[in-house]
Amino acid sequence: MSANKDFNVRWGMAIDLDKCTGCGACMVACQAENNLAPVADASNKLRVMNWLVVFELSNKKPFPDHELVYLPRPCQQCGEQPCATVCPVIATERNEDGGIVSQIYPRCIGCRYCMAACPYHARYFNWFDPIWPKGMEKALTPDVSVRPRGVVEKCSFCHHRYMAAKDKIRVGGGSVYVPGEKGRKHSAIPEDGYVTSCAEACPNGAIVFGDLNNPAHKVYRLTRGNAHAFRLLERLGTDTAVYYLSSREWVRRLGDNYLQDEETQKPKRILPNKH
Amino acid sequence: MNVNYNLPLDAELFPEGCERCSFSQFLLWLAVVGLVLLWGLYAAFLVLSTGLGVTALDDYFGFGLWITFDLAVIALGAGAFFTGLLRYILNIDPLKNIINLAVIIGFICYSGAMLILVLDIGQPLRAWFGYWHANVHSMLTEVIFCITCYCIVLIIEYVPLILEQKQLNKNPLLHHIAHNLHVTMPLFAGIGAFLSTFHQGSLGGMYGVLFGRPYAFRDGFFIWPWTFFLFVLSAVASGPAFTVLIATLMEKMTGKKLVSYEIKSLMGKIAGTMLLVYLVFKFLDTGAWIWSIAPRSGLDFDSFFHGWIYGKWLLFSELILCGLLPCFMLLSSSMRSNPALFYLAALLDCTGIVINRYVLTVQTLAAPVMPFDRWVTYSPNWVEWAASAFVLAYGALLLSLSYRYLPVFPQEIRLNGGQAKKL
Repeated sequence: MSANKDFNVRWGMAIDLDKCTGCGACMVACQAENNLAPVADASNKLRVMNWLVVFELSNKKPFPDHELVYLPRPCQQCGEQPCATVCPVIATERNEDGGIVSQIYPRCIGCRYCMAACPYHARYFNWFDPIWPKGMEKALTPDVSVRPRGVVEKCSFCHHRYMAAKDKIRVGGGSVYVPGEKGRKHSAIPEDGYVTSCAEACPNGAIVFGDLNNPAHKVYRLTRGNAHAFRLLERLGTDTAVYYLSSREWVRRLGDNYLQDEETQKPKRILPNKH
Repeated sequence: MNVNYNLPLDAELFPEGCERCSFSQFLLWLAVVGLVLLWGLYAAFLVLSTGLGVTALDDYFGFGLWITFDLAVIALGAGAFFTGLLRYILNIDPLKNIINLAVIIGFICYSGAMLILVLDIGQPLRAWFGYWHANVHSMLTEVIFCITCYCIVLIIEYVPLILEQKQLNKNPLLHHIAHNLHVTMPLFAGIGAFLSTFHQGSLGGMYGVLFGRPYAFRDGFFIWPWTFFLFVLSAVASGPAFTVLIATLMEKMTGKKLVSYEIKSLMGKIAGTMLLVYLVFKFLDTGAWIWSIAPRSGLDFDSFFHGWIYGKWLLFSELILCGLLPCFMLLSSSMRSNPALFYLAALLDCTGIVINRYVLTVQTLAAPVMPFDRWVTYSPNWVEWAASAFVLAYGALLLSLSYRYLPVFPQEIRLNGGQAKKL
């Protein structure tokens, strides 16, 4: 059900932290695209709905050596999910068509065990019924269901856009898969035919989205053999589909926990030969 | 008709030969309990009508007081299955004098935990999905199955006691049902022990499988992390002690002797023995956690603790002050023979297990895993306290009614003057 299988298509991201300015456009785009209701009292940041959060990372050195980096954190779409394995009612699972970890709102009982399991805090609970200010409901995305109170929700890599892109191909009479190298199949969707709202909104092009298994995709080239690439909490074995790029060693080191005498793991050691 | 007007109004309902307080005094006590129940009901109404936003839980603390409370009462309620196992399967006969109380406490703890869960899950009307859409890979699924099944077993164990109420028992049908249920009780004790072992374990397994949370994650045997076995052992180490404490509390409140000290001492010795077994494995587990899990995750011992609220004193209290110390006290016959020291040891034993459930629930979530994340703190608000108090009041209500009307304590008459009083 949720075993880590090497699917034909694995949608993923490469987020270049050297390019991210922390503007938050990705967060806003995500909220608008995915019908995230505004929270009445947003003073408690641990109750605010953000499928994608921009974290601020500091090297904690005094001026003039002080550096800040911003790290956008969507759901990491793990290959080895801490969340889906623990859900008692299979309200979340990793889909073999693209490797996206879903959240089935009408199935979720709201036990929040998945939230306890996720070390990335990528899961959010509807503490109250969603209420949109008058008129704002007209701007809701029609393809994305709104969620009632009492269920967990999370980033879906804008899955409705994936569905729409596949529908477009089907309507044209084509197949959604095309043959690739070594017997592998690739998605027939062109690289720019399915892009998440955050990647689309980023003014600097810091977020690159595509199929991690398709050599024709930019994300493939950015993540393979790139000495600047790393994943969050690599050593936990979650096998995430979101890669980060940074030329700064202290940033890459903050991607995982290290004992004092441990060296920051080199990407060639931590990145699998095949994703 | 011969009516003695000096006796309480409901004296005809009392167990044969037992004295109880006046009806008005009893009603006054029920009124106090009722106030707490109303407070909890109001909190429950707020949660169910408005949403879980009225609690202090948030997206970092999806679990809080309620889950801690559930895990704690389910561990402390383990006296029911373990005493049942010892009494009916292993034939430790003296335990018949406390088994009724253990069953009632078990029923209160389990049904109370389920009441809390109704509030704690965001969509209570979907609770049955646990059966219908079961994910067999989830420890929580096993917990849902076993807790509900075991609650039914506890009802079956409780029913004969209710049917033995003096007036009900005059009905031949009810009398025979009660009798036959008693005959089959070893079967239900066995089923109860099986179900209870597995869900106590699965509750521990729930935390041990969290490989994204190094504070809670544990290696294990086959599909079961070590926390699975530790939860079973810690439950049987604290359940009997809790039963003794409740019996003693009832004695203090009623001013009567209900269970002989020898029986309590025997329960204490059993708890102490199980606590020793538990602590051996718990110390091994803690060592493996510090020297294997933590460094493997790139963390050191210190990184699991933060400030005062999540400080090392919790670990010290859990393992030494409320672990080794009560274990020594419960196993020492001289200390066990001193009531004050004995009850203190039982209290420490139970406290240690509650701390264990608390840190695994709350500290697990408080500890940041991403290096750039931060420690967060959690403090329950009045809604969570009120709902928890509701369960305590519900327990007090059930115990009060059972004590007043049901033959819970076989030794009561002998311990309080011997002669059955003519009514």
